Amino acid sequence: MKGWMGKFKVLSLLGLVALFLAACGKENLTALDPKGVGAQKSLDLIIIPTVIMSFVFLVVMVLLVLALIKFRKKKGQKDFIPKQVEGNKTLEVVWTTIPIILLIIIAVPTVIYTFDLADDADASDHLNINVTGNQYWWHFDYEGLEIQTSQDVYIPVNSKVYFNMKSSDVIHSFWVPTLSGKLDVNPENENTFFLDAHEEGVYWGKCAEFCGPSHSLMDFKVVVVSQEEFEQWVADMQNFDPETAEPATDAAAQGRELFNENNCLGCHAIGSSAAAIGPNLTNFGERSRLAGIEEMTKEKLVEWIVNPELIKPGNKMTGKYPEVSQDDAALIAEYLLQLSPSEITTEDAGNGIEQ
Amino acid sequence: MSTLTAQKTSFAAVLWDYLTTVDHKKIGKLYLYGGAFFFLLGGLEAVIIRIQLIKPENDFISAGLYNEMITMHGTTMIFFAATPLLLGLMNAIMPLQIGARDVAFPFVNALGFWLFLFGGIMLNVSWLTGGAPDAGWTAYAPLSTTSPGHGVDYYVLGLQLSGAGTLMGGINFLVTIVNMRAPGMTFMRMPLFTWTTFITSVLILFAFPALTVGLFLLMFDRMFGSAFFDTALGGNSIIWQHLFWIFGHPEVYVLILPVFGVFSEIFATFSKKRLFGYTAMVFATILIGFLGFMVWAHHMFTVGMGPVTNSIFAIATMAIAVPTGIKIFNWLLTLWGGNITINSAMLWALAFIPSFTIGGMTGVMVASSVADYQYHDTYFVVAHFHYVIVGGVVFGILAACHYWWPIMFKRVLNEKLGKWAFWNFFIGFHMTFFIQHFLGLMGMPRRYWVFLENQGLDLGNLISSVGALFMSIGVIIFLYNAIYCWFKGDPAPQDPWDARTLEWAVDKSVPYYNFKQLPLVRGLDPLWIEKMEGNGKMTPAEPVGDIHMPHGSILPFLMTVGFFIASFGFIYQTVNDIAYIFLFGGMGLALGCMLVRSLKDDHGYHITKEELEKEAD
Ligand code: HEC
Ligand SMILES: [Cu+2]
Repeated sequence: MKGWMGKFKVLSLLGLVALFLAACGKENLTALDPKGVGAQKSLDLIIIPTVIMSFVFLVVMVLLVLALIKFRKKKGQKDFIPKQVEGNKTLEVVWTTIPIILLIIIAVPTVIYTFDLADDADASDHLNINVTGNQYWWHFDYEGLEIQTSQDVYIPVNSKVYFNMKSSDVIHSFWVPTLSGKLDVNPENENTFFLDAHEEGVYWGKCAEFCGPSHSLMDFKVVVVSQEEFEQWVADMQNFDPETAEPATDAAAQGRELFNENNCLGCHAIGSSAAAIGPNLTNFGERSRLAGIEEMTKEKLVEWIVNPELIKPGNKMTGKYPEVSQDDAALIAEYLLQLSPSEITTEDAGNGIEQ
Repeated sequence: MSTLTAQKTSFAAVLWDYLTTVDHKKIGKLYLYGGAFFFLLGGLEAVIIRIQLIKPENDFISAGLYNEMITMHGTTMIFFAATPLLLGLMNAIMPLQIGARDVAFPFVNALGFWLFLFGGIMLNVSWLTGGAPDAGWTAYAPLSTTSPGHGVDYYVLGLQLSGAGTLMGGINFLVTIVNMRAPGMTFMRMPLFTWTTFITSVLILFAFPALTVGLFLLMFDRMFGSAFFDTALGGNSIIWQHLFWIFGHPEVYVLILPVFGVFSEIFATFSKKRLFGYTAMVFATILIGFLGFMVWAHHMFTVGMGPVTNSIFAIATMAIAVPTGIKIFNWLLTLWGGNITINSAMLWALAFIPSFTIGGMTGVMVASSVADYQYHDTYFVVAHFHYVIVGGVVFGILAACHYWWPIMFKRVLNEKLGKWAFWNFFIGFHMTFFIQHFLGLMGMPRRYWVFLENQGLDLGNLISSVGALFMSIGVIIFLYNAIYCWFKGDPAPQDPWDARTLEWAVDKSVPYYNFKQLPLVRGLDPLWIEKMEGNGKMTPAEPVGDIHMPHGSILPFLMTVGFFIASFGFIYQTVNDIAYIFLFGGMGLALGCMLVRSLKDDHGYHITKEELEKEAD
């Protein structure tokens, strides 16, 4: 018996830890601390059923425990034969009706919210961003603005932004837990939904549909900035001209040469371009993360350029360009890291990503 | 003693016996052995997954191997562990419960088993031939159609083989239950386990063809250049998801309904009470089975089906909670007022109630479409379905093993070991999976090879991995118990649990013809009725007479070997023409066996009255 008690104590301790954990989760990643309309609605519909169902669970547990205490075989009653009850109509009706009522309480808001979130009648009045999901990176094309970015998408706070999503290969799923629930990104049709963030910040996005070896490394960020900052950012991005923008240093200039020589340009556009075989690198210097996941340091970038396979297994860049030496990669890195057409960066998004 | 068992049986003789057997009890055991083997394999894969996720950015195994691991874990557990273990129990017990001497089609029964076994072997051969399938157990197109190598091909053919076997099993049980009940065993006197076997078989009959069709399309796309799921060529990849879930959702009930039956038997027996609300239980089962076909698209809320579809499927899904709730409360009321014995079988059954209720609760939660936009494809869903499948199905299988072990293996499992296994597994189970609800909501999608540092997911994953260790210990103790009792246990007494249903009226030596005289059934819980009226045993419905029995046959085995060989032919004809030899050779063997079976009359044989009387001495 003592053995059980010991285990029980460990278990309850762990249970407490679990509760503690549940309360937090990482800010800007957790779905439990919503900062957008969709996530708020989802949380409402997480809480209502949880409360109702916990009540049901409690009833079941009380009945079970009472039954076990009261009717467990007693010492002197080995051969006691209980009354063979067939059933009870009234009870049967009770435990059919009450659950139906409880379910209706859950079903009504579910249906209302489902229609609310699917309503895209006002899409043309708002910013539209066309999203392409690729193994294993995200591309964003701002409709009508001639701006393309990858991995990080900038949007204004307190404003509906519509995302029209399609995949270029397998199915992905676009998920920014703190702002909204997810939506699949299919190869055959365009799916549309909106994000409406009510607080500035850098929010983690993740691919939620199994898409291959680097599925777990297909992160992106939604950078929510103020309305003015967003306008500034748009202007800066539009004013950027890769032809005239001279690299800041000699090394960077050499890097640019190497970037052109090594086929990089074949897949990576710098400046506004429809091409999207690889991520658009216009504002690469402001990326919060390298390839969506790695810390943005020069060493990591060099490592990526020399052999991206070590960072993202199965990615579509590996082996598609001539071998690049460590030194050349360093020069290219120098060039890429100074690509920063706008003053507005993730720093401006209220709480930075690492907070 | 029968002359057969008195002879010293050599290993070869035993092997031949099992290769050719058509006896439902032996086939049941074969299913259990096969299912247990794959359960251990799937468990090992689970442990590897949990080791990989024990800390952030771990590199215990590579991304590609990890994807193979999760795919094989899911596929193995659903198709080659849970399903066959249940089919094994149904085979071993159901005919006894209805007072039959075998199933309706013993030959087909054997064929079903061999197809399952070779399907499982097929799937796992892929480990040795260049990589297991890696597109998830759901094999969503286009990931599955474009997955390089032959892994997914093995998935297709392995499941196709075993799926055919399962379908045969289902049809067989249906015919058996409709036609072969003992005199007096009306439908509304059938034990709940027989009822759930019946409804499960109906589900198999209607659900598996959807999978078969889906797999054929996938096979054509991968091996014969068609483009059913290829968007670029005018196909549609979403269709796969529909086909898969039209099968996949009922499959969940194929797994859970039989254990509902198991628990109904166990609660009644160990409370010494008739099952509360028998009629309601039967109709709840039928209703669950029916509704189970109306809800598949709740797996697809985030696909972009639109608010109308999402709402309809959300409401239909919630509706299933009603009959399920009815069941839970009827079990509780069965306990209420009883004289409850708590042993290992009962422990698993009692633990099922809270565990499965949590699974059901989260089931209603994920049914709420807008909430599911958050839950879907995260660890919340992983937690949900493990609560249902482990907390429901696995608990049920283990409970059934403890309960029916005396009939199946003529031993009573050791109680002390049983309890140790239970507590380890039970605690480990909740440790592993409860925390995963929160991991999901904290932003951890499922099928993630690594989770990143500094995302608040470390501790939760660590706890989960430690829980898996306890579960493993539980399984090992159970295995030890089984082996220990095999060699050291005493023969089980007749009817050790003072039970209620017909399978316990079978003589404790469990003769291969089951009942010398078919019993007369006078109501629900027939054995209990006789006990209460002081008879202690069943009244025969017929005088002792000749018993008609089927012959054993090696044909089911050979036929399956044929299909097995042909499967390799299908896979490798894309790369090498020599494969056609296997394709046509294998098919030739299989079809040849069918021909032999069709042309050669086999009327079985009779055990004469004299032999029966002699054996009784
Ligand atoms: C075949 C097309 C292709 C070529 C050629 C190519 N890349 Fe890439 N590159 C990609 C793809 C695809 C990705 C996205 C990988 C991922 O995240 O899965 C990528 C990602 C990157 C990233 C990270 C982008 C980000 O937003 O974080 C950098 C930096 C990069 N490539 C640099 C280079 C350089 C330098 C070269 C030339 C030496 C090069 N690439 C050549 C396709 C290509
Ligand atoms: Cu993806």
